[in-house]
Amino acid sequence: MSEVHHIHNQDPNAGAEQRKAIWKTFWILLILTALEFVIAFTVPHGVLKISIFIVMTIVKAFYIVGEFMHLKHEAKSLIWSILVPIIFVAWLILALLLEGDAIFQAIFG
Amino acid sequence: MAAHVTTPGSVEPKMWMGGIEPMKASYGKLMMWFFLISDTFTFSALLVSYGYQRFSFPAYLGDFADFKFSNLYWPIPERVYEAVPFLHGMSLPLVFVGIMTFILIASSVTMVLAVEAGHRMDRAGVEKYMLWTILGGFTFLGCQAWEWSHFIHGTDTGSVFKVIENGVEVTKTVFGANLTENQYGPPAFADFFFFITGFHGTHVFSGVILNILIFFRAATGFYDKRGSYEMVEKVGLYWHFVDLVWVFVFTFFYLV
Repeated sequence: MSEVHHIHNQDPNAGAEQRKAIWKTFWILLILTALEFVIAFTVPHGVLKISIFIVMTIVKAFYIVGEFMHLKHEAKSLIWSILVPIIFVAWLILALLLEGDAIFQAIFG
Repeated sequence: MAAHVTTPGSVEPKMWMGGIEPMKASYGKLMMWFFLISDTFTFSALLVSYGYQRFSFPAYLGDFADFKFSNLYWPIPERVYEAVPFLHGMSLPLVFVGIMTFILIASSVTMVLAVEAGHRMDRAGVEKYMLWTILGGFTFLGCQAWEWSHFIHGTDTGSVFKVIENGVEVTKTVFGANLTENQYGPPAFADFFFFITGFHGTHVFSGVILNILIFFRAATGFYDKRGSYEMVEKVGLYWHFVDLVWVFVFTFFYLV
């Protein structure tokens, strides 16, 4: 393992491509957040607005997890071990939102 | 690595026999990932129960311009979070929380740049970017402290609500919010604000502590001696996760 840093130390351009990718991700996140602000004040409140926000949030999450947390470049087995458990969260969302709506109908419906 | 050691008669290393990394990630990195998965569940539970409460409560159906705080319907977040430090009395919806989002994204970038510098064994680079990340973390915490303080103390005029006190309905002016009273809407709204942003803030705080520790160890040459800056990467994973959670909190608490 000790030979690794000697190689890297001699090359001043090492990691330049990676740094470029980092800043590209930064700009994508920044522009998406700015767009979210524009949408918050221009699109009327409703299903469309919420759907746009959820899609944009997932895109931002993709870039943070994929690029910043480097998951996109890990072994396939690691990617799937992290992503598959999220199914439980999807189930939780479905179950509790249906339950919440049922309570609303029972009290105010 | 164990693969370089050849003893006569020894077996070839196989996937699950030890000595190799099955997912091509070190033990510490894998454990950080699995810890983050469990933390994902905790934050999901908090955010989804917020959605559950919101769905079981009436939404405000009137015109946006006529909106008034009431404990009978869920508030519009734009009208709750519209204060900015030093600009007292001005209505600047979501501006301050936007600044906070920017700070956290920027500190995530400096963190990943520190990780990248660590790959090149560039100690000065790691130190520089870790300091920026720590600064970003403290700034975010400061912003959150101000936001909490404003939320707790409330607006100048407060809100006039009908509330039940000792079994009798009384009309009173409510200023700010705590766990039982809330001038912006139903008490549950304030409870979720305190729990969700508080739990996230606690994560930011422990992240800053970890970052300081990493900075100290990098600056004293600990990782140079070890020959690897992988600890920066592991703590970086945690810090990005905190940023990731904020992206979701921002959408589901402040935007929709």
